[in-house]
Amino acid sequence: MADSMITVFERPHSLKPVPSHFCSGCHHGTVHRLVAEALDQLELQQQTIGIASVGCSVLLYEYFDIDVVEAPHGRAPAVATGVKRVHPDSIVFTYQGDGDLAAIGTAEIIHAANRGEHLTVIFVNNTTYGMTGGQMAPTSLGGQVTTTTPYGRDLETDGNPIRMAELLALLDGTHFSARVSVDAPRRVAQAGKVIHKAFEMQKNRAGFAFVEVLAACPTNWGLSALDANERISQEMMPCFPLGTFKDLSGAQG
Amino acid sequence: MNKRLFVKGNEAVCIGAIAAGCRYYFGYPITPQNEIPEYMSRELPGLGGTFLQAESEVAAINMVLGASAAGVRVMTSSSGPGISLKAEGLSYMAGSELPAVIVNIMRCGPGLGGIDASQADYFQAVKGGGHGGYHLIVLAPDSIQELYDLSMVAFDLADQYRVPAMILGDAMIGQMKEALIPHPYQPLAELPAKDWSVTGKGNRVQGNTVKSLFLQDGALEAHNWRLHDRYQQLKDREVRCETIGIDDAELILTAFGGAARIAKTAVSMARQAGLKVGLIRPITLFPFPEQVFRQATERCRRVLCVELNNGQMVEDVRLSVDRQADVRFYGRPGGTGSLPTPEELFEQLQKHYKD
Amino acid sequence: MKKLVIDEEFCKGCGLCVIACPLELITVGTKVNKQGYPLAQISDANQVKCTACSACARMCPDAAISVYLPKKD
Ligand SMILES: Cc1ncc(C[n+]2csc(CCOP(=O)(O)OP(=O)(O)O)c2C)c(N)n1
Ligand code: SF4
Ligand code: SF4
Ligand code: SF4
Ligand SMILES: [Mg+2]
Repeated sequence: MADSMITVFERPHSLKPVPSHFCSGCHHGTVHRLVAEALDQLELQQQTIGIASVGCSVLLYEYFDIDVVEAPHGRAPAVATGVKRVHPDSIVFTYQGDGDLAAIGTAEIIHAANRGEHLTVIFVNNTTYGMTGGQMAPTSLGGQVTTTTPYGRDLETDGNPIRMAELLALLDGTHFSARVSVDAPRRVAQAGKVIHKAFEMQKNRAGFAFVEVLAACPTNWGLSALDANERISQEMMPCFPLGTFKDLSGAQG
Repeated sequence: MNKRLFVKGNEAVCIGAIAAGCRYYFGYPITPQNEIPEYMSRELPGLGGTFLQAESEVAAINMVLGASAAGVRVMTSSSGPGISLKAEGLSYMAGSELPAVIVNIMRCGPGLGGIDASQADYFQAVKGGGHGGYHLIVLAPDSIQELYDLSMVAFDLADQYRVPAMILGDAMIGQMKEALIPHPYQPLAELPAKDWSVTGKGNRVQGNTVKSLFLQDGALEAHNWRLHDRYQQLKDREVRCETIGIDDAELILTAFGGAARIAKTAVSMARQAGLKVGLIRPITLFPFPEQVFRQATERCRRVLCVELNNGQMVEDVRLSVDRQADVRFYGRPGGTGSLPTPEELFEQLQKHYKD
Repeated sequence: MKKLVIDEEFCKGCGLCVIACPLELITVGTKVNKQGYPLAQISDANQVKCTACSACARMCPDAAISVYLPKKD
């Protein structure tokens, strides 16, 4: 920009200047940007190692200009543990979907949290398996029609939407757990602050920090980008309330 | 430094690993290999290393994946049921070209089976226990000394070829105590720098990526050809095999690991009885000593393969031998009391020597 | 000087910036980019009205929007 202008908002440096493969209106892009902004603001890009999971966000390394290890489906917290134990001074984060973290990878996330691994976990809850074509996720809402719950999720037989942020907050090893959303400008700003904090805590070696982000998958919800965005406050928030469920960052000093 | 030690096989493998610079261990308890995590949990913290008891073998192998991606020597160990759980991670590590050492102290199966010595995981180890078509380097020690020596070799080969290496032992070898001379570690070769590892991008222009997903047109095929070449190099350069008395043999006995210990005694009994019996003991199961078998069977036409299973390595023996060779099999499929005695094997030798 | 710059390579025409702008300054038009997505646009007249509040940029999932302000001196 010309010298006569002040930059108010720009694409973060930690994101590569390439278009993403995400669908139009997919909130993965927003969450990617918020993570990159946190890395920029905290000047962590050079020392950060991202752990990609299996889901629509598997191509993390195509978009983040950082070192990345790709983990098997659900195993990102275990891979992150291995990396972080070797490089305790680096910043290690996992980026996982709800199928990845809250179904196949439940054991790995609970035990990484329980050990109090110094990790930042970004959990993108879009109530579905985006990558494989919109099947039921453990976070799918009661009655939600997915490609494997064609008659709607039956809470009697298909289980209940799982609230990971609350669940993980119960563990002594968890130092921070919050749920945010990116469906409105002020909530995006708030989500950015929380994600920033979750990285800052790791920088200060303050333990396991977990951020759940409510996100839209317009494609598999069968909604326009705007209607999908709207669904987050209308349908998801009543089941997945926003808030901070645990914060020991103060206690950690 | 070279003081003789008197240790269990499970300890020998740890002593070797630590001598080779391994400071990271991730595992989950299972009999008959528990002395390995126990030893590592005692020794690694004092060496500035990390021992971590994971929540499962699935988690353990993925911690190994992460530590290896981060550029260090790392090890895990287990036995049958746990190795099955590690299969997923092993496939990803093979695809991501990540070196590490995996110890399988085999017990018998299938399922929970039992905790006695067995060699029933040969197929799982050698043919790729996980999906997608890959190989591990597979080393089969038959003594405590060799467990020590091969654990160092395993780290070197894994690093050199960027292929995970498995040490395939069994309950007998793991639990047995023998003298061990802990020779100091000498790398096999000048090992390549791990400039591919993740450390944080630092001043590098590009971030390093450790991955097994290749979506671009032709990228996966090219990747798989590269891995194939790597496996071929291993076949060309890294075959290890012990042979005893095969030059004049009329019957060649072949066995690996624990079975080979018994076989060696049976072979000397046969020699004492005047029977011309030799032994081929593959030390690397992958790469398999195909040439050794081919050449030996150009002259000696009869081979008896002995395994603690119902016939697994024998398939590779049959693929390797000269076309006119006659390959026979004697196996014991596991469980308490199923370990053959040298006398029983000697009987088998006499039988197959004659007809 | 433009306050709002929408990168046509990144924009996917989702319209989230449109609903984000409190002054309703952005529209998704008929022009498409290489990937075939219709593009978000802001007219020159609306550039003038833009307060550089960045609400649109914050909402954009594809980091397609940059916001600038003229220096006051
Ligand atoms: C072991 C294994 N099982 C199943 C799959 C197929 N698979 C790929 S992504 C995925 C679910 C992804 O959903 P989620 O984690 O919610 O991510 P999203 O795409 O919604 O962001 C599944 C089941 C796999 N890759 N590996
Ligand atoms: S399928 Fe859903 S989660 Fe995946 S990129 Fe498209 S909108 Fe995003
Ligand atoms: S939010 Fe971004 S991608 Fe969507 S229409 Fe606006 S500029 Fe384009
Ligand atoms: S910066 Fe604010 S005022 Fe300007 S277009 Fe964006 S949302 Fe509207
Ligand atoms: Mg999902």
